[in-house]
Amino acid sequence: MDLSKASFWGYKRENGRIGVRNHVVILPVDDLSNAAAQAVENNIKGTLALPHPYGRLQFGADLDLHFRTLIGTGANPNVAAVVVICIEEGWAKKVADGIAATGKPVAYFGIEQHGDHDTILRASKKAKEFVQWASELRREERPLKDLWVSTKCGESDTTSGCGANPTVGNAFDKLYPHGVTLVFGETTELTGGEHLVAARCRNDEVRKKFQFMFDRYQEVIERHKTSNLMDSQPTKGNIEGGLTTIEEKALGNIQKIGRKCVVDGVLDKAEAPTGPGLWFMDSSSAAAEMVTLCAAAGYTVHFFPTGQGNVIGNPILPVIKLCANPRTVRTMSEHIDVDVTGLLRKELSPDQAGDKLLECMFRTANGRLTAAEALGHREFVLTRLYESA
Amino acid sequence: MIHFVVHEEGDGVGVVVVEGVKKGQELTGWIMEDDKEVRITAKSDIPIGHKLALKDYKPGDTVIKYGVDIGKVVAPIARGEHTHVQNLKTKRW
Repeated sequence: MDLSKASFWGYKRENGRIGVRNHVVILPVDDLSNAAAQAVENNIKGTLALPHPYGRLQFGADLDLHFRTLIGTGANPNVAAVVVICIEEGWAKKVADGIAATGKPVAYFGIEQHGDHDTILRASKKAKEFVQWASELRREERPLKDLWVSTKCGESDTTSGCGANPTVGNAFDKLYPHGVTLVFGETTELTGGEHLVAARCRNDEVRKKFQFMFDRYQEVIERHKTSNLMDSQPTKGNIEGGLTTIEEKALGNIQKIGRKCVVDGVLDKAEAPTGPGLWFMDSSSAAAEMVTLCAAAGYTVHFFPTGQGNVIGNPILPVIKLCANPRTVRTMSEHIDVDVTGLLRKELSPDQAGDKLLECMFRTANGRLTAAEALGHREFVLTRLYESA
Repeated sequence: MIHFVVHEEGDGVGVVVVEGVKKGQELTGWIMEDDKEVRITAKSDIPIGHKLALKDYKPGDTVIKYGVDIGKVVAPIARGEHTHVQNLKTKRW
């Protein structure tokens, strides 16, 4: 596929970033604000509430990550405008101010001294204004480089490593030279292949930062493990699918970064990249956590290869699923956007498979709903670093 | 027809990519990186996605896949036999 003149149709945001969706988000800062946020979503059609269970008594790096994730989610260019609701007005303002730095419309509401009824009324009025404004925004044609593409695999099996993941790798190798901003992560899921990623880092500085993130996560595993993680990493589903060890899983995982891309930089969880290229983001390997972090870092389209059939979606980041396992494609077809089973029958070349994924990427960016979007998968899962105070 | 795939020449295991492989079945494998064929007789029933050994292993041996170490053998494995958690373990954690 010749991508030199490739373009897509997206929404240009106030800060110059390009979104491929046009959500008006009702964002609760904490668990207590979910009810009000969901009431506003119910009142005002076309809005999207993002309920979650956290935000109270967090502190230190865990609290920083909480704010970074919420602000990043609101700031994502797939979001047109945001209504922030929090039990305490001060923190609602903190999150709203972070999002408002993008220039997009944001309003915030505190529940204390108002109650749910008054908060829902005030927030609904603002949400109606935002949703009617956003509904008049139009897509414009933009060059490929304005797209930010993330990847993470899930419910992997051995077909992921020889089919679906190398397909993502082929697509990444094709996108990279055109200045697309790419990301991969899943820190523990590189265990056994970390030396291969280190060897792909652009320079010693990047390599050192990668190794720091890798070692930091290994320490967490070593500190808390009660076994060799035989029931967790690989998961029961991975093992059912034929993956035996973390090393084997990791080597399959790494196929997603292709053969030519260079790891240009390293990000902490939910941290936004500062330029094009391939970034490594320190992250959990749990699907919904990692995809939520990608959305918070500003990515606008996601490639999700699966083997046994992970059904994940994200509320604001379209998740494109591809699969090379013929049994999964037969039994779970409603979840699969790109069927690459032909790869393992030698009926589809890696190059053709990569093109098939890119074709789906352009259609998705232009507005076609993914399987996960059509099925209502909106997994919004915040990563926690440790207990609340 | 391809019954199993091997990432590259030198790997000690292949991945079954069709459903219903039975003990005694003659299997054709595709070494993807080198585009070569390899034949082997299955010594176990092997589910789709699961691995078969391409050589004999004894406990303590290292299994190579993708040209890289994927773990240690903990029970003898014969060429053509199902290779999984019952005879292969991680060297990490």
